[in-house]
This record gives sequence, structure tokens and C-alpha cells, in this order.
Amino acid sequence: MSDKFDVAIVGAGPSGSAAALTLAKAGLSVVVFERGEFPGAKNMFGGVLYTSILNRLVPNFWEEAPLERHITKRRFGLFSEKAEAAFEFSCQDFNQSPPFNQSFSALRAQFDPWLAKKAEEAGALIIPETVVDDLLWNEGQVIGVKARREGGEIEANVVIAADGVNSFIAKKSGLRKDFNWNVLAVGAKEIIALPRETIEDRFSLEGDEGVAMEFFGDAVAGTVGAGFIYTNKESLSVGVACSINAFIDQKIVPNDLLERFKKHPSIRRLIRKGETLEYSGHMIPEGGFKQVPEVLTDGLLLVGDAAHLVNASFYHEGTNLAMASGLYAAETIIEAKEKGDFSRRGLESYRKKLEESFVLKDLQKYRNVEAWAHKNPKFFKAYPDLCLDLLKDYFTVSEKPKGTIQKEIVKKIRSNINPLRMLVEINKLRKTFFSS
Amino acid sequence: MNIAACIKQVPATESKIRPSTDGKDIDRTGLSYVVNPYDEFGVEEGLKIKEQLGDGSVTAISIGGEKVAEALRTCLAVGSDQAIHIQDDAIEGSDGHAIARILAAALKKSDYDIIFFGRQAIDDDSGAIGIHVADLMGLPHVAGINKLEIIPDEKRAVANRQIEGATEVIEISLPAIFTCQKGLNEPRYASLPGIMKAKQKPMTVLSLSDLEISADSVDSSKAKTTVIKIESPPARSAGIIIEGSPSEAVAELIRLLREEAKVL
Repeated sequence: MSDKFDVAIVGAGPSGSAAALTLAKAGLSVVVFERGEFPGAKNMFGGVLYTSILNRLVPNFWEEAPLERHITKRRFGLFSEKAEAAFEFSCQDFNQSPPFNQSFSALRAQFDPWLAKKAEEAGALIIPETVVDDLLWNEGQVIGVKARREGGEIEANVVIAADGVNSFIAKKSGLRKDFNWNVLAVGAKEIIALPRETIEDRFSLEGDEGVAMEFFGDAVAGTVGAGFIYTNKESLSVGVACSINAFIDQKIVPNDLLERFKKHPSIRRLIRKGETLEYSGHMIPEGGFKQVPEVLTDGLLLVGDAAHLVNASFYHEGTNLAMASGLYAAETIIEAKEKGDFSRRGLESYRKKLEESFVLKDLQKYRNVEAWAHKNPKFFKAYPDLCLDLLKDYFTVSEKPKGTIQKEIVKKIRSNINPLRMLVEINKLRKTFFSS
Repeated sequence: MNIAACIKQVPATESKIRPSTDGKDIDRTGLSYVVNPYDEFGVEEGLKIKEQLGDGSVTAISIGGEKVAEALRTCLAVGSDQAIHIQDDAIEGSDGHAIARILAAALKKSDYDIIFFGRQAIDDDSGAIGIHVADLMGLPHVAGINKLEIIPDEKRAVANRQIEGATEVIEISLPAIFTCQKGLNEPRYASLPGIMKAKQKPMTVLSLSDLEISADSVDSSKAKTTVIKIESPPARSAGIIIEGSPSEAVAELIRLLREEAKVL
């Protein structure tokens, strides 16, 4: 084996493995370093995997990928302390045949090793339990990596930093600055085991159908964030994900918030008698478009969370963007190899590929969500509470004439809300989420 | 010196172990695995001897399913020259006696001067296989060594073992079997080039028929020992927190030690 690789990839998560698989299939020599005991050991997500890109990486992936359930139903719940108002959408068109609606629940500890294995089978060399501490440079160009092992200096034409939200490589290269707390969220999640039949009965599912549920308002103590439940085959992924700022302001730790969420009357009956199999926590880069750093320099590309590629709006989409960026990075390097130019100029088309795809288009569309959320805390606490309070008034049965009830409700709205301000706020909300 | 190190892949020490539903094995879902730490001493000692003598070869040998290949790759990555993976569905459920017979048959295929085992595997703690293999092969052995000196020209070795209150120094002729105790050496970490080279090193997969052992002779029905039950240790009862002022608390503590714990 020659000592120099075409590409060295740091991190065997979805972005790193997607890149490795694409590069190895094209015949390039690839080495992937993974600090975990195995790919996926350090990763978590709540769990809906969007699979449009995966199908390009591994056609007919559903025949072999370790997926849990295909999502046919989505539910959004608004909580106050004692009440819940929910919106649910389900569609049998999402239940026809694979790949269904390109959305599946999955467990990363199983999915990531599978994708890494595909890359390995294609010829990539995957080295687990190995931390990469630094980059090797030559005249301003990245020429390899330095792994924390004896003989750890490995040369490569291009390095891909796929080392996640806290990417040391992105930081060492100077491409990314330190974060401020607003742009990071923390997720805490448990996997709770329940028998298959219990899950199907409790969540009204048939066979391998699955549901993705998200909960706002009191679900996360009125902070900027959400609680979630995703159904797996024989377990539930139950968790909360909130801005780090929210935890600091409320002086609450993620684990306590998760425990609080699990005790809410709407949640506790869904997880009743379940056994917690594992607990995990992770940071999520939610700063969106404005936080995406310069994604390349001479001999180096950033992908996935390392490039802050997460769409935190309604979709909570990160893994798909990660795989897309890995794919585009690999395609860029394959072209660069043909030209024999691994400088910034030779790799420039990576940025363009991201811009022209849903990856940066979506992030750009939702670029103001993070700032909006932090400037409008009312939408996470005061408005949900008021809304549920009004619904309770409306549905409370008494001998009070209905006309009186309605008048009291209108009065309550007037005393709590300035209609003009509300209009302005709703307009801002519309602009943030719905204009391009 | 032709050296063999027999290794076992065991659940990692931090794994949460629970009995399987039939209560006769452990539940293996979600477990991560490592090379048995005592076996790593054997691999390391083999590598050290090879380095000291500037010649020889170290073969890592293991039995088990596909996953065991990872443990053997780890041994190759730290410097073993080759690996032998004995894999056969019939071995599922075999007892220690059958495992020892299989290993003895594999070891007989090559003339090893030194064969290492760990003093015990940290999963079942039986500590029997190395000694059992020595018996089946008719070789001398020293168990639980913490120091080893090889005198190659005389085909001799001197091994130390810790006994109650003293060190026993034993001279033994080679070929011989040693089981390794903590303190023998400090196993090395794999270097990056070592890991890369490991992928190219030879790993021979042998089935029972390659070893001329019939599948039904290692079947669980022929086992000399059978696991009847595996159960979790009894849960520890919660501690007691004594409240009150220091003098009250001490009085209460003394009362509890005398009346409840009955140690005073």
C-alpha cells in the first residue's frame, strides 16, 4: 500500500461514510478515521431519516439498511401544564411501497455502522478508535492529517472534515470561529423499549408504519425547542432538544427537562411500562444558513454538522443534508482528481453544488428562524398557554350560556393580546417560515 | 521461536450484563466486545519475545462467530504475524472441554515452541482452557505467570508466578504452555501503520472438518459440563441516611450498628 491516500476523511458518520462510499466506488483510495469504538458509537439523533440522497448512494437501500419504521404520520402537539392541543397528519400514500415517503425512523448505532460497512466493501479503509488531532500543512495547503497513534501522520490529496458539530478540524483550519450559545441546541434522548404490539396499539399503527411526534410549549418548559417521540420497531426514541441558551436562562439541565417531559400527562401514558435501554445527549448545530462557515480551503472540505448543515425549522433535517454534502464533496474531489488540482480553485465547485441543491437553498429559506425564535419567546410560552387556556374555556361544560362563554373568551384575548402587535408578529412569523 | 497466543473475544468490561430470556446465557444484544485483557498479555509477551530474539512469529488464534475476526485483527494490528479463526456453527453451545479439544487440534497443526493463554477470560472466569489444552497436548505448563525468561538455545524457560506471600520461580522445558497474569507486561497500543498493515496480514479460517473433529462430538449434548442457570446478583439494598445533629446522628448510628447490623 502506498503511504499517501487520495482522500482522508475524519469521522465515519453519515457525511463521512457517504463521501467514502462515493469516492471508493470511483476507485479513489480513501481512509476514514473514526474516534468511536465503531462508526455510530458516538452519534445520536431523535430519529427521522430522510432518504432521498441515501437512495442515490445505495440504490434500493430499503432492502438492506437497518431501518425501523416508515413514517406515515406526523403529529405536532402544543402543551400547557395540563392540556394538549394537537395537529396530526397521516396519509396512506405514504404507506404504499418502499421507499414510501423517503422518511424512516432509524437508530444511528445501527445505521451508521451499516453505511460505513458499505464504504468499506467499496474499498475504503475504515480505522475506528482513532482520534485525529491536527492537519498536516504545506505552504498553506492541507496535505494530510495527524492521528493520535504512533506513526499517525497520513498524507492525502484532500482531507474531508466530517467530525461533527464540534469539528476540531474546522476549528484548527481556521474555517470556523467559536460558536455563541444561540446557534447550538442540546438534545437529550432515551430509547425506551416496549413490545411491538404495544407500540402499534398505543400509536395506532399497522405493521411497520411509524409516527413522528413533536411537542412544543410546556413540553420543554416554554423554551425555544421541542420534545419528540419517534416510534421504532420495538422501542421509542423519546427526547427533548432545546437551544443551549434556553437551558442557561431557565437554569435547567437537559436531563431534568427530559424527565419533566416524560411526566407530562400526554407523554407518560405513551411510554408507560417501557424500559429505558439507553440515554444519550448531543449538541445540534441549529444556527442555520448564517452560521455555515466557509466550507473549503486548499486541500480541505467541511461536510455535515462540521459545516453546520442542519435545517432546524419544521423538518429537523440533518442526516440527509450530511449525506448530501458528503456526496457533493466526493463528486467535487473526483472532478478535482481528473484536473489534478486540489487547491481551493480545484475544489471550488463544492460550494456551488451545495448552493444549487436543497442543502443551502433550504437553509437560506429558513435563515431567519433561529433569530426569530430567540426574539419571540412568547410563541414558546405565553401564546401556547393562552391558546390552551382559551380552548379549555371553550370546551368546559357548564350551565353558562354559550354566548357568554364566547364573549368571555374574546375579552380574555383582548386583555392578553394587542391585536396590532399580534398582526405584526404573525407577519414576521409568516416571513420567517414561508417567504423565500 | 514459533509462538501462539490463544485469545477470546469477551464483552467489554463496561458492558451492562443481564441474563438472556432462557436464563442460560447472557443477553448479547447491544454488547460491545474486546480482546480478553489477560489474553492481551499473552499476545504482548509473544511480541516481546519475538523482538528480543529478533526472529520468530506470533500467531493469534481464536474460536467464534464472524465478529471474532475483529478481535484477531486487533492482535494483527499490534504486531502478530498471522491469525487463525476457527469458525463453525457446530461450536455454538460447546463446553470448555470441547473448546480445549478444538484448540489443541488447531495448535497441533503447527510446531509451536510457546503457547500463551490468559489466566482466565473475564466473561465466564472459568480459567480452565489453557491448562486443559496442556493436558490434551501432553505439554508442560505454568499457570498465572507474571514474568517469563526464555533461554532459546537450551529450549528452556524460567517463569515466575505469585503465590501466597511469595514468588515461585519455575523452570520448564519448551514447548510449553503459559497462562498469563496481570503484571507480566503492559500491552501496547496499535500504531497507525500497524492497523493499516493488519488488513493485509493472513487470517486463516478453519472449520471443524479442517481440524478433523466431528461436529456432533462438540455438540452441547456431549458436553461434560452444562450451564443450568445464569442469574443477576441480588440487587444491593439502599443505604441509610441518618439525619439530625452530629451527636444525635452518632447515637443513632451506634444503635443501628448494634441492633440492626449487629456488628457491635
